[in-house]
Amino acid sequence: MENFAHGVCFRGAALRAATRAVTASLLLALAMTAAMLVPVAAKEAPEVGADPAAERHMMQLASELRCLQCQNQTLADSNAPLAVDLRQQIRELLAKGQTDEQVKSYLVARYGDFVLYRPPLKSNTLVLWFGPALVLLVGLAALFLTLKRRLARLESMASKTQLSEAESQRAQHLLEDEAEEGGLS
Amino acid sequence: MSSMRKSLAFLLPLAVFLAIAVFLFKGLWLDPREIPSPLIDKPAPDFRLESLEKPGRLVDRKDMLGKVWLLNAWASWCVACREEHPVLIEFARSATIPIIGLNYKDTRVDGMRWLAQFGNPYTTSAYDEAGRVGIDYGVYAVPETFLIDKQGVVRFKQIGPVTPELLREKILPLIQRLNA
Repeated sequence: MENFAHGVCFRGAALRAATRAVTASLLLALAMTAAMLVPVAAKEAPEVGADPAAERHMMQLASELRCLQCQNQTLADSNAPLAVDLRQQIRELLAKGQTDEQVKSYLVARYGDFVLYRPPLKSNTLVLWFGPALVLLVGLAALFLTLKRRLARLESMASKTQLSEAESQRAQHLLEDEAEEGGLS
Repeated sequence: MSSMRKSLAFLLPLAVFLAIAVFLFKGLWLDPREIPSPLIDKPAPDFRLESLEKPGRLVDRKDMLGKVWLLNAWASWCVACREEHPVLIEFARSATIPIIGLNYKDTRVDGMRWLAQFGNPYTTSAYDEAGRVGIDYGVYAVPETFLIDKQGVVRFKQIGPVTPELLREKILPLIQRLNA
């Protein structure tokens, strides 16, 4: 009995110690995360150019360009070393007075059309640009033809079921006879 | 007539499905990281950089005019370069053409240590610390290798490590043709 109580007591102490340890490590983790956030934010700062308007312009242009190292991000979003370098390059080209188009063609000359998030209209991008519209047209044509055919079928069915004068008179008689028979019984 | 229409109603979706399946199946083997270089058959961009080994000595692209040569972008921090390195060493030993290294966004100390450790297949290495020449060549993932002809025109680009098969089947025949 004493042993059992001792065991329980021991477990309780262990549990309390464990809870303390978890709490302490959580606090530590929190403190470390907070500490990590500060220098990262500070490190980002020098990358931003002096003029906020020019920086906005650069970022807006960069958001239409693809990062080559991490292909599903734009140059504006990515922090890959190459993206950082290319943003710097764009910043310098714009500062030299180049237009957006000139900057884009500078990058296309080096990395190909792949850097552009809006692909240019060229002979080899015709399918890309007009393919979806073409598929839509084919779909609409198919829908139109199917509906037209179905309508024609319904109409022919309707005309077949139309009774002639004699037939409708006979049907009338049959119905009346039935009604009389019903009345008799 | 209705049997023809019925078989068409069955065959048309099947044909569409097969066409889509063929494209998707082919897509499984396409590497989206292999971006076709717009530099192929265009003049190799000019550069003039200090050499990695001898600061102060310049490596100039124009000095290579009249020769068929390889430009190999590498860095000590690049793991795939380590895999490629023995292939380049072997190629340099049977040296048919010069290999110029483009030491991309590296430090002199690390670059030199790397060459001392693994051997140096390069005639010389241009030291591209800021990566500007790399940008001009459209380098986005080292190692990358360019084959440049006597007129200074880029003829071939490999993204990723050069393999013995690639050397044998593509690069060497091309060198032979360009040297002829």
